[in-house]
Amino acid sequence: MSSRSLKGFIVTGVVLTMTVVGCGGGSEEPATLTETAAPTAAPIDPATVGNITGTITLEGLAPDAELIRMAADPVCMREGKGGMTETFVVGEDGSLQNVFIYVKSGLGDRRFQPPSDPVLLDQNGCQYSPHVFGIQVGQPLEVLNSDPTLHNIHAIPEKNQEFNTGQPIEGMIFKHTFSTEEVMVPLKCDVHGWMNAYAGVLSHPFFAVSGSGGTFDLSGLPPGTYEIEAWHEQLGPMTQSVTIGEQETAEINFTFQMTS
Amino acid sequence: MLLHLFSVLVALSTLVLIFAGGLVTSTGSGLAVPDWPNTYGWFMFAFPLEKMVGGIFYEHGHRLIASTVGILTVILVIWLWRSETRPWVRRLSYIALATVVTQGILGGITVLWLLPEPISISHAGLAQIFFCLTVTIALVTSRGWKDAYRGSVEAKPSIDNTLRQLACITTSIIYLQILIGATMRHTEAGLAIPDFPLSFGHLLPPHWDAGIAVHFAHRVGALIVTLLIISTTGHVLYHYKNNAELRRPAVLLLLLLGVQVTLGAYVIWTSKQFVINSAHVVSGAMVLGTSLVLTLRAHRDRFSIEKRSKTYKEQNPAGALA
Repeated sequence: MSSRSLKGFIVTGVVLTMTVVGCGGGSEEPATLTETAAPTAAPIDPATVGNITGTITLEGLAPDAELIRMAADPVCMREGKGGMTETFVVGEDGSLQNVFIYVKSGLGDRRFQPPSDPVLLDQNGCQYSPHVFGIQVGQPLEVLNSDPTLHNIHAIPEKNQEFNTGQPIEGMIFKHTFSTEEVMVPLKCDVHGWMNAYAGVLSHPFFAVSGSGGTFDLSGLPPGTYEIEAWHEQLGPMTQSVTIGEQETAEINFTFQMTS
Repeated sequence: MLLHLFSVLVALSTLVLIFAGGLVTSTGSGLAVPDWPNTYGWFMFAFPLEKMVGGIFYEHGHRLIASTVGILTVILVIWLWRSETRPWVRRLSYIALATVVTQGILGGITVLWLLPEPISISHAGLAQIFFCLTVTIALVTSRGWKDAYRGSVEAKPSIDNTLRQLACITTSIIYLQILIGATMRHTEAGLAIPDFPLSFGHLLPPHWDAGIAVHFAHRVGALIVTLLIISTTGHVLYHYKNNAELRRPAVLLLLLLGVQVTLGAYVIWTSKQFVINSAHVVSGAMVLGTSLVLTLRAHRDRFSIEKRSKTYKEQNPAGALA
């Protein structure tokens, strides 16, 4: 590359990026085949679908949720008072929340139209809500700043396009769509180092996040054999295989081990 | 004299800037302000102080200090342009100005392109070069340097080539070591080897990956730099112990080396505590700057010789041609 074209490339890059950052309204990654394709000709028969349910538990001594120190921002100290870390949300019975469960394989070449309803990621009390969530490729993500302070929303994917945009004003919404499957995409706020969230980006709707009691439910699955993965931000992934027949409900449980 | 003091101020401000830059990296605040040259849409100098919270405090603070250093550099260039008689010193200031402008643009690109490692490392490396330029300007505008340059003081005993070469090598290797350190910082390899002085409990790491290799290279580099500085300082103290202008930077270099190695150890032992981490960066710059002063002083008579030679040629063109 000649120095002239290199200069041109840098200047063009700077101008384009400044334009994108300056507009700040949202971003959309290039559409992929998965995103644009219509559902396949082999539709799922609603009369035959089944469910996979289960519980996520943790064995071993998990670190207690800690009060987040928000001294770096007086607004956060006020708005986010009492905010606790969400990496390990463990019930008295060992049930584990904030685990992302999804169908890793078994759907064949079926394609699914992404919903037009957006997934909302709220920045409230200087914490992300939800902490872990799923979203389909092509489905809108809306990042809302509910705090009267500045946030930046910074996604650090490996397969999708990285983005970083500022939200200096309360009520601002940033919109984005992911173009490629990726489990998981970390999101963080570089202003408030404690704020982080994880998005599971999939081309199908069969995912869930373990809630209170560690339970999850993957519903509307056609009969078949599936590889189900459960992912935790520190403990990593676990995988199980399960088969469901017509209108069956299969139960699988995942037990993570807490290593010292 | 005022010009010299001002150039010292520019060099010291640059050290502050390097420390602030270290804080940005050490606190992970490099992208806390997503836009550039504006700050969250505000003109940089109009950004409200009460909004300088969390990572913005470090990143925006770094930008403000950088702008101040830029302005000080412009003043220095104008001052030298108006009052400095040595063309090469004026040229040096132009290079410093070009460097600080390039550095600002690199910093902006780093933010807009989401901290690409090569650009972030270049930003760190160019900062040290700019610091060296300011140190050089501060040195060559000092009375002591200029008096010797003009030949108005008694000539010091000439410096042997061993010291000249040793000092050059030491300064170059220190800079290389800083570049390895910058690579380690910007590739998140600062704790790739989590213990010190051993590596995973061994003299050599029992397993390797890119992060461990960069980290270990920095440790080996530290050992080489230590040996070089001890050699240089030893040479100065043995052969030039009565020459204060060599002895002082040599002793200071040895002291700074001790500080730097200690800080490096504490970076590991405190799991990269951000103030210690940043102090290690700025202390590295001070080691480099001190070594550069020693090197330049070891070569100072060459500047005088060059000057005298030029003057002689100007006064005796026929003789010079012959």
